[in-house]
Amino acid sequence: MDMNSFSPMMPTSPLSMINQVKFEDEPDLKDLFITVDEPESHVTTIETFITYRIITKTSRGEFDSSEFEVRRRYQDFLWLKGKLEEAHPTLIIPPLPEKFIVKGMVERFNDDFIETRRKALQKFLNRIADHPTLTFNEDFKVFLTAQAWELSSHKKQGPGLLSRMGQTVRAVALSMRGVKSRPEEFMEMNNFIEIFSQKINLIDKISQRIYKEEREYSDEMREYGPIHLLWSASEEDLADTLKGVASCIDKCCKATEKRMSGLSEALLPVVHEYVLYSEMLMGVMKRRDQIQAELDSKVEALMYKKADADLLTEEIGKLEDKVECANNALKADWERWKHNMQNDIKSAFTETAEENIHYYEQCLATWESFLASQTDLHMEETSEDKPEAH
Amino acid sequence: MTENNFWLKKIEISVSEAEKRTGRNAMNMQETYTAYLIETRSVEHTDGQSVLTDSLWRRYSEFELLRNYLLVYYPHIVVPPLPEKRAEFVWHKLSADNMDPDFVERRRIGLENFLLRVASHPILCRDKIFYLFLTQEGNWKETVNETGFQLKADSRLKALNATFRVKNPDKRFTELKHYSDELQSVISHLLRVRARVADRLYGVYKVHGNYGRVFSEWSAIEKEMGDGLQSAGHHMDVYASSIDDILEDEEHYADQLKEYLFYAEALRAVCRKHELMQYDLEMAAQDLASKKQQCEELATGTVRMFSLKGMTTKLFGQETPEQREARVKVLEEQINEGEQQLKSKNLEGREFVKNAWADIERFKEQKNHDLKEALISYAVMQISMCKKGIQVWTNAKECFSK
Repeated sequence: MDMNSFSPMMPTSPLSMINQVKFEDEPDLKDLFITVDEPESHVTTIETFITYRIITKTSRGEFDSSEFEVRRRYQDFLWLKGKLEEAHPTLIIPPLPEKFIVKGMVERFNDDFIETRRKALQKFLNRIADHPTLTFNEDFKVFLTAQAWELSSHKKQGPGLLSRMGQTVRAVALSMRGVKSRPEEFMEMNNFIEIFSQKINLIDKISQRIYKEEREYSDEMREYGPIHLLWSASEEDLADTLKGVASCIDKCCKATEKRMSGLSEALLPVVHEYVLYSEMLMGVMKRRDQIQAELDSKVEALMYKKADADLLTEEIGKLEDKVECANNALKADWERWKHNMQNDIKSAFTETAEENIHYYEQCLATWESFLASQTDLHMEETSEDKPEAH
Repeated sequence: MTENNFWLKKIEISVSEAEKRTGRNAMNMQETYTAYLIETRSVEHTDGQSVLTDSLWRRYSEFELLRNYLLVYYPHIVVPPLPEKRAEFVWHKLSADNMDPDFVERRRIGLENFLLRVASHPILCRDKIFYLFLTQEGNWKETVNETGFQLKADSRLKALNATFRVKNPDKRFTELKHYSDELQSVISHLLRVRARVADRLYGVYKVHGNYGRVFSEWSAIEKEMGDGLQSAGHHMDVYASSIDDILEDEEHYADQLKEYLFYAEALRAVCRKHELMQYDLEMAAQDLASKKQQCEELATGTVRMFSLKGMTTKLFGQETPEQREARVKVLEEQINEGEQQLKSKNLEGREFVKNAWADIERFKEQKNHDLKEALISYAVMQISMCKKGIQVWTNAKECFSK
């Protein structure tokens, strides 16, 4: 299964695909293409919310049609994620964008926020589509294809709220146990996750800070250039040179804007997604530990309660299978995830480097051409002053 | 070396060192100040070798004294300005402290520049006090004060806000004054914004340095990606530290602009001086005209102008013909004197305008040349910064792509 692809190719789609990563191999394996667009605001007496249009194109047999169009809101995405976690507790489920942005968001629905969320939701769905196991999940299919009322009724099925709550309480108690008996390879994995989480969070903060500094730099530059123009109005001989400088600064300003937008498209969303992934990973680790702990508690029970030995042994057998499945699933998915992460991070930073190179190249060309024009003028002036030889 | 020989030979002046000193000030209190070493070398024509002829220490206040003297004795000259007394237009990393070594260094260069400007000025370079400034360490202050220049100084020049209504202003000087105001305003604005731009640029570069540390720590847990991350981190460190040199160079550019910011003040001083001369001339002419009127009235007995004397004589009786004649005589004397004075003032005025305008033309050419060079050097700095940026990010990109 192709590791890098999460953006579908839509030859007939008018939708713009941002963050498009080129396919590296086996594009023909991809048979599910999803786009998320057209955010729309809905106002009811109780609430205001946004729905997104989701278009799915597929050639898979199990789908009734080859194209689907549905509208979903954030709540629906949350539901899907919950179902996937339930069905595959030790698989690495892709993260959803945050419910709210913590820092100083006055309006929940400003354009930047909606656009960032839309892109992240699209990535979420495509990551699922690219996952060897998750892509065939039934709830995922329902999410992509069911009309609004169909989805509501589908949601009502499944384990009730109370039983789910009960599970959570037990789960917390068990997870503490599971940590102690964690096998070596998972200790390593956990160690990696902890450090990775720290580092990716720092990188997220650093990258956001760089964006902010570049924005402020660009703002100052926008004031800087015109001053030279103003000055040229009171000068005669210097006017051309001053105008030249003003024009160079303006061009560099535009180049810096471009660099910033590159950063916000190529780097920031990728890094942020992995921040969310790192939280996700810790959850996966916990769930694995819980499953392990369930087994361990039964084994312990067997040691102390000689009665019910047969029943316990049977349960232990089942749990051992469960643990083995969970561990294997996680191990495989872990390798896949790590591989993707390395590629995504490398490619995001490579693109950032390219944006910076391009920015400096543009500025260099601007200033060099200004310099050339000045020295040409100088040559002209000096040749005029040269006394004629007799 | 005698004074005459001094100027015949080609000389090199340098302010080569700065030293912190402590001493007692006028109120006998301990103070710390910086002293600057001024070295003068004469260049032998034959072999181009330079020989150290004079070397002495001066502090900033002595430079100020020299300049104030030049301002009084050469009012028609655009006198080169001194580097700033206190650091202004600072961006955050720079210290505004006068004792800060970077500030002292930049001031040293500024003082050297001042001396070179004076030495290369066709008129100022011949001044004896300037010659003594470079050659006579002790007693120089007393010598300057003995010239009595402070008494000659027109206190009205200091009253910057006072306006003197001139009836027939010289249009050229009015335009020049307007220009000097504009120049001062635009350069201040430019320097202020430049400082803010420098601040922001510093921020952008330095934050990238944080990547270095984090990448390095991350590389410890990565098997495949580790090396790439580590080296990329190193390049981010290089990028972050490159801004220090870049901004230091830019500071020199800012100093070049600052010089002309202060030159604008010197320009305005010449215009001001002319304005005052014109005002004095008009006042003298007005005074003369009124005296002539009075004289005429006394002679013919008609009173065309209201005068208190006239009124009192009307009220308290006529004055005797003798009294009247005495007054006429006094007035005639005053009128004579007044006419002489007006003549010489007119002459003075015309001389001033001629000399001032010659120096202003010289100054204009110097300004155009220097500022153009400065702007070009700014472009050169930007080019160098871009090349460094391309280099670093190309290296970083390689590391990420591995």
